[in-house]
Parts: sequence; structure tokens; C-alpha cells
Amino acid sequence: MYGFEALTFNIHGGYLEAIVRGHRAGLLTTSDYNNLCQCETLDDIKMHLSATEYGPYLQNEPSPLHTTTIVEKCTLKLVDDYKHMLCQATEPLSTFLEYITYGHMIDNVVLIVTGTLHERDVQELLEKCHPLGMFDSIATLAVAQNMRELYRLVLVDTPLAPYFSECITSEDLDDMNIEIMRNTLYKAYLEDFYRFCQKLGGATAEIMSDLLAFEADRRAVNITINSIGTELTRDDRRKLYSNFGLFYPYGHEELAVCEDIDQVRAVMEKYPPYQSIFAKLSYGESQMLDKAFYEEEVKRHCLAFEQQFHYAVFFAYMRLREQEIRNLMWISECVAQNQKSRVHDSVVFIF
Amino acid sequence: MFPGKMDQFIDNLPPMDLMRSEKMTFVQLIIPAESAHRAISYLGELGLLQFRDLNAEKSPFQRTFVNQVKRCAEMSRKLRFFKDQINKAGLMSSSRTVLQPDIDLEDLEVHLAEHEHELIEMNSNSDKLRQSYNELLEFKIVLQKACSFLISSHGRPVSDERELQENVYSNDDYIETASLLEQEMRPQPSNMSGLRFISGIICKFKVLRFERMLFRATRGNMLFNQAPAGEQIMDPISSEMIEKTVFVVFFSGEQARTKILKICEAFGANCYPVPEDISKQGQITREVTSRLTDLEATLDAGIRHRNKALASIADHLTKWMNLVRREKAVYDTLNMLNFDVTKKCLVGEGWCPMIAKTQMQEALQRATFDSNSQVGIIFHQMDAVESPPTYFRTNTFTNPYQEIVDAYGVARYQEANPAVYTTIIFPFLFALMFGDWGHGICLLLGALVLIARENKLSTQKLGSFMEMLFGGRYVILLMSLFSIYCGLIYNEFFSVPFHIFGASAYQCRDSSCRDAYTIGLIKYREPYPFGVDPSWRGSRSELSFLNSMKMKMSILFGVAHMNLGIILSYFNARFFGSSLDIRYQFVPQMIFLNSLFGYLSLLIIVKWCTGSQADLYHVMIYMFLSPTDSLGENQLFWGQRPLQIVLLLLAVVAVPWMLFPKPFILKKLHTEVRQPCHSVSGANCFRLCNCLYTTYDGESQCFSSCPAASLGRISK
Repeated sequence: MYGFEALTFNIHGGYLEAIVRGHRAGLLTTSDYNNLCQCETLDDIKMHLSATEYGPYLQNEPSPLHTTTIVEKCTLKLVDDYKHMLCQATEPLSTFLEYITYGHMIDNVVLIVTGTLHERDVQELLEKCHPLGMFDSIATLAVAQNMRELYRLVLVDTPLAPYFSECITSEDLDDMNIEIMRNTLYKAYLEDFYRFCQKLGGATAEIMSDLLAFEADRRAVNITINSIGTELTRDDRRKLYSNFGLFYPYGHEELAVCEDIDQVRAVMEKYPPYQSIFAKLSYGESQMLDKAFYEEEVKRHCLAFEQQFHYAVFFAYMRLREQEIRNLMWISECVAQNQKSRVHDSVVFIF
Repeated sequence: MFPGKMDQFIDNLPPMDLMRSEKMTFVQLIIPAESAHRAISYLGELGLLQFRDLNAEKSPFQRTFVNQVKRCAEMSRKLRFFKDQINKAGLMSSSRTVLQPDIDLEDLEVHLAEHEHELIEMNSNSDKLRQSYNELLEFKIVLQKACSFLISSHGRPVSDERELQENVYSNDDYIETASLLEQEMRPQPSNMSGLRFISGIICKFKVLRFERMLFRATRGNMLFNQAPAGEQIMDPISSEMIEKTVFVVFFSGEQARTKILKICEAFGANCYPVPEDISKQGQITREVTSRLTDLEATLDAGIRHRNKALASIADHLTKWMNLVRREKAVYDTLNMLNFDVTKKCLVGEGWCPMIAKTQMQEALQRATFDSNSQVGIIFHQMDAVESPPTYFRTNTFTNPYQEIVDAYGVARYQEANPAVYTTIIFPFLFALMFGDWGHGICLLLGALVLIARENKLSTQKLGSFMEMLFGGRYVILLMSLFSIYCGLIYNEFFSVPFHIFGASAYQCRDSSCRDAYTIGLIKYREPYPFGVDPSWRGSRSELSFLNSMKMKMSILFGVAHMNLGIILSYFNARFFGSSLDIRYQFVPQMIFLNSLFGYLSLLIIVKWCTGSQADLYHVMIYMFLSPTDSLGENQLFWGQRPLQIVLLLLAVVAVPWMLFPKPFILKKLHTEVRQPCHSVSGANCFRLCNCLYTTYDGESQCFSSCPAASLGRISK
């Protein structure tokens, strides 16, 4: 019932929307980042963060700090927020919130499988997994030898099971296969999420389709750029693009045949929303593209908060927090390695 | 003539302490660096100065005393660690204060570091011990339980399990590679399939998933046996007791073995080898048990030692925590101060109440003297543009009421403080709703207990709920007294009426009392001397009688209360010299309220006094619907109809009067002020503009200190 969410939204979603908006007010601001960039040691960073919402999470850490500790604790805060919201949520918001974590689940599956392939210790791998993407039997992934086993043993119990229908093969796992699996899974996930949001309707569908379309397009561009010069055929590449988004379907045809970054750029510049991304980049440059994409993404997520009575704020908040944690990680790394001149290279200011 | 007298009367009213917040003054302190710390801590003990942050633009780690703050934070982290450890060990942090010499911060820091180091070492030792203890304990349990599986299968000669058992087989090269599992060999391999088993222990809640995963991984070619461990095992991380389950998996084939071992690892299941041979089992069990007792003794000794260390820390913990917290607060405050040009003095600014000035000067002198400083601390008043903070001096009785009022909103500087009236009105209104002297006595006893144990409870740390009750003990006392009073008026003791003030005024017509419910009672005595007549209880008209009494009483109290609020706003406007508020807010509000609800109250009183049967709902509703119609039987007094018309007209006029003029006049003033003003001399003009900007939200607290104009005078 588009336009009439205001009548009924607050019955179930009002409390959580208030909560998420409160959390959003706790995101670090530009002045916080400016202060953080001036820090000399990790202790300074901790001290500055102790005045923010991260304070309680960092206060019990003994003094020789490491970047990983900071990131870990900050992620813990995100996870706590998420869990609190999930506990309070009712249908369909709870399903929506669960959808947000599937991306991390895919990443974790890929991480464990790749790690086992290179014979890493499972415990060590588990520590690297994103806590939002954990599921019960994740450690058992190490047992599987090929996709079929992977599916049959472990993933059949997880929400990812339906996404696997396209990539069940008996081939043994190798790096290439895994990467293709990741992208196929991601494609299926994004399409499913997109369908789910369309089913919800209203402002949620409108805003989420915009955000997810951007996500899908970004993945398409990344797949194209990363697969240039590999043995991935054009058809295979075409198959990895999600079937929605601004590029779908004509842009995908063009992206599939791209051979270098400038061709990708030429394709993207045909789409007005993406022209601004390239405005600041010089030709042939792909390093800064990631940051440009992140900046655009952050802008869109911030805009999601401008409208009320929809679920996209939850998605946007989670993504913004993750971006903030990436920023903190970058700043801490720069501070720890004494590379302060490079601090601004990868930090995306949120406000 | 009359208004003049009125003004005089109001001006001569004695000042009320809590009515207006304390007069504040803006002060500057110039403190020599050597006595700064002491001065700030003395001022902190006094608690009467609110510092302004002069370094607001600096981030926390760029401030002067950042290192000290960091050290304090580190120390409080250590103290939290100790507290956590003490709680985990189950020691009560004793409230007894051990007499000890005052310790200064540097010593404490060293002390804490030593203690922490010691504790961490002890913890790691005991963790190691605990781990091997757990392993042995688990091994013992697995041995007991798994053996029972194996033996029971031996005991049933024809069963399938026996068959399986007979077939347990290991080949030679396997036994060399097996590190985790030591399989018992059977000398004669009966067939090539080779059945073996893995035994181990796993958390109870994981068993189901574990079994399912094993089933899937081996495609069902396995047999899973489980039994509860019986004993709880301590989890080394959370140090909670968890229940575990012993399992034995029978399977065949080398591939299945690796898979199962991997799954065991993934599920955190610990595998222990169980020998097939019964005599060997017995031997191992004995060995394990003896080592277990050894370990237990060592572990106990370690824990005793650790508890002793923790207990000695616990004695000092509260004091240390207070010390560190105080030091941190002092340095945080010092960080708000500025260094002056010479870098020898610290400059601080802040607000303090007028009356506390001498106290502060004394404290500062003491600080100078105690720190042997050559130069005294300079303390002088300054002018400030911004409005002063609100500060009320409260005591244990008034504090909870002030908090109740502050929960709704803090009064502006020198604004009338409703907490004065709340002290009585709040408990009284509570009692109107809770009027029952039985319940009131219960409440009174509770309040008296809290007050009697005041000294003891105030030093203790209470739970959040108890703290609230204790903080409001005098509120509860007043509430209970008022509810006893109201309960006597309502004549209710746990909802039962009592004949306290003599017999009822009503009696039955005859001794059989047959017609009591049909015709009713007759009155044969004077009205009941105090409160509600007990005869009303249980009568057919009880509800309508009590409802009408309590409802009308509530209306009277409500209207009186609202009038009080509006009258307070008059005193406010008078105090701040704003005739605008009086004319366009107070007067129409008064008229509106009293012409409608005041009139209703009047009707109620008239009805009570005359005993009339008029329907007041009807009167009020038709006052709006058809004011010109005659009232008929509902007429209470002569001239009621014209009076109603006049009151209605007044109310109608009061609404636009209340809503429209004030914002427009404020807007006009605002636009006038923004234009350059030539008529007033320069300095005053600036002052005036400043005042208007800082208080433009329609409030005018600044005008009282702004000599050039008051809003009232401007509006003239």
C-alpha cells in the first residue's frame, strides 16, 4: 500500500526505526574523523573513541593495542546492535534483517573453503570470519572436498541452500571455482533479496531497489575489471551479472565484452547516475574506483534516512557502520605503520 | 489604587528559598600551576563551581593533562579487572574499611601493576592446570561410559553390536600414524571391511547436529552411541559448568576416519582413545584417577592462593577505585582550564552561586596554604553574555521532589520552581487516588523502616529499584500519611468501612430491615462527623454517591491546580518584567480557564450547598449548544442564563487573544531590532541586540540584567 505506510508502520516497525535512527546519530562525524586522523598512537585513537559509542567496548582493553583488537571490538558493537534489533523484530522485518547477513555468510563460506584449500588452521580461519555471517556448522565446511559435498553436508541447513542450485558441480574445488561460486551465490542472493523487497512493497521496495541496483551494478563492474585478462569466457562473465540494476540488460552485453578499464568506463558513462563517479578519475585509473564507489554508496545510504516508514534504514545503517569500521581500520593501520600521509586515501567520510 | 497595593503586597512577600534558583555569578580563577591540582580537588569536594570548557575545540588527546587522564583510565581498567576477578572467584567485596595509610597515585600505579602481573600469572597457571584437569576428567568419564557400551555389547552374544565389536580391526601402519586414537587391535582380522570406533565427549547441546553431520558425511555408514556424562565440566573460558555427552562412533574405512576426525574438530568434540581390553581399561582408569586427585590438590592450592591475593585486593578495592575516579575527575577538570601567556598559571572560568563565594575563597586559600605556594589564587567576578545555569540548593527532603520536577523539564535560571508546591501536592494527589488507611499504614511502615535505617542504607550500594525507593523515602512517608488521611475520609480500610467516628446516621425502618433495599434507610441522627458514612457501603446507590463525590472533588482540585500554575506564570512574568506575557498570556488564560472550568467548579459548590437536583452535564453541554435557551429545572441560581452567555463570550474572545498577538508583537520587535538603531547610544544598542538574540525564543530572562530595555517597555 504505497503512500499509506504512515498509518500502520509504527505498530511493528516504529520502535525499531527509532532505535536505528538513534544508532545512526552515533555514527562518527567529519570532525571525529579529523580528530582521529591527527592521532599519533593507537592509544590516542582508543581515547578518542572512548567518547563515542565504541567507548564501553574498548575500555577494558589493556594498553598495547592492535588494529585487529580495535576492529574486532568495533565489529562487536555492530553485532550487538544487530542482535538487539533482530530480537525485537517481527515479521517481515526480521526476515529483512536476516537477509542483510547473507552476504557475510557467503563471504565466510568462501573464506573457510579457500582457507582449507590452502591448508590453514580452521580455528584461525574462524577468527577471521565476520561474526554476522556465522552459522551453526560453519566449521564443518572444512570437511567438504567439492561443491556437491559442500552443499550436501553443510549448506543445506543454511539459508544459502536455495542459492546453490546453480553451482552444484562435482568438480574439485580450486581458486577459480570458488571465486565463480562466490559470485554466483552473490548473484542469486541479490536477486532473491531484490524480489523479497519488491514483495514488501511501498517505500521499502522503492528505496531498496535503488540501493540493491547500485550494489548489483557495482558487482558487475568489479567482476568485469577483475576478470580482465583471466580465462573466464565472455558467456561465463555474463552469467555472473545479476539480472536487475541499471545495466540490465543492455549494459551487461557491453560489459561482457570489455577488455580494459577504459572500455568499462565508456560503458558506465552512458548511464547518468554513474557519470559523477568518473568525473574525478583520470583515464586508465582503477585504483581509486573502489573509493569512488564507496563514496557514492555512502551517499545513497545516507539519503535512505531522509524518508520515514521503511526498512531500508536498517540496511543503510548496517552498511554505514561497516564502512565506518573499514575507515577505522584504515586509520588505525596508517597510525600503527606511521603512514599518516596516506590516511585520507581510503577514508570515506559518512557525514 | 488597588493594583498599587497589590504590587506592594507582592513585593513585600518574604522570599522563598526554593522558589527561585540560586543567584549565580560568573567567576574567573587564576591558579598558579603548583597549587592547581589541590585547588581543583578542594573545589571538587565543595561541588559548587561549574567549570566552562575553555578547550572545547581541542580533541581529548591534545589537551594538557592527557597523559594523566590516560594513566587514570589505565588504572581504572586494572581495577575493573580486579573487581571482575573478585566477583568470579565469588568473594564478597567487603564493606569493612581497613585502616590504611593514604596512598598517592604514583605508588598506587606501581601497586596495581604488580597486582595485575601477579594475578595474570596465577590465572595462566591455573588455566593450564584446569585444562589438563578437564582433559583427564573427560577421559575418565569417557572411559567409564564408553566401556559400558563396549561391555554391554560384549554381554549380548547374539546382538548386532556384538558382531560389530568382534569386527573391530586396525591395520599395522595405521597404529603408527594414530596419534589421537589408540586403537586396540584384534589379532585376527575377520573381514576386510574393518570396523573401528572413535570415542569422545561433546557439549550436550551440540549432539544432535553432530550426529546429523556424521550421518551425512559417512552417508549413514556409521553407528552413533551416546550417553550423558553425568558430571558437569567447567568451561575454561566462561568458567560455567556445562553438561556434556559421551559418544562412541563406529565406522569403517580410512576416509571416513579423517572425515569424522575433522567433524569432531569442527564441533569442538574432544576425542579420547579407549582401549578394547578390559584389563587395560581398568589399568588406565586407575592411572587417570590417581593423576586426577593429584591435580585436584594442586588446583585447590592454586585457587586458595589466588583467593587470598584477591581478598587482600578486595579490602582496598573500593578506596582505590574512589581515589582513581577522583583523580581522573580532577584531571578532566584541569583539562578544561587554559594556560595563560606566561605558562605559569592556569585560567579557569565557571559559574558559582553567589552565596558560595566565601566558601570557595576559603577552599582556595586552604589550597594555597597546603601546597606551600608563594602566589595566591586569584578569584574574581566577571560579566557573561550567556544565561547562567539553574542551581537549586536541595536537601534530602526536597531533593526527590526536585528530581520529579526536573524529569519534566528544568526551570530556566531564576524561573519559578514548581518543586516547592510539588512537595505537598504530589503526595496529596497520590493519596486522592490511593485513599485507604489500611494500605496507607502498610506504606507508612515501609517508609518508616527506610527512614529508621537511613544511616545504614545511605552507605550501602543498593539495587536500582531499592535506590529509587530509598531516595524517595520522604516522598513515600508523606504519601502514606496523606493516604491514611484520605482513607479516613473515604472510610476505607482495605476497602472495608469502619465505624470509627460513631454509629452511622442511617438506620432501617424496623428491626427486620426487610425494606432496606427497596425503600431505603432513614436518617435519624446528625450527619456522620468525619468522612463517608459507613452505611453507604454495599448500598444500591453506593457507586453513584461515591463517584459523584470523588469525581466532583477531582474537578475542584484539578481546576485549583491549573489556576495555581497560571498564577505562577504571572509571578514569573512579573519577576522578569515582561508585561507582554501578562497581557497576552496570563490574562486570557485566566479568563478562559475560569469562565469554563471555574464556572463548573462554582456550579458544583452551589449544588453541594443547596442540595439541588440539577444535572450539571446538561448545564455544561447546553451552555455551548444552545446558550440562549432557558435552563428549566436545571437552574441553580438567579441570573444563571445571562451569566453563562457572558462567560461563553469571554472564553471565545480569550482564545484569539491568547494565540495571536504575542507572536506578532515578538516578530515586530525582532525586525525592529535587526535594523540599525540610531536612537540608542552605541554600547546599549549592542547590549540590547545581544540580549534579544540570546533569548529570542520568546523568553526574557536576560532582560532583567539588561538595563537598556525590558520587553514590556519596548512593547509600549
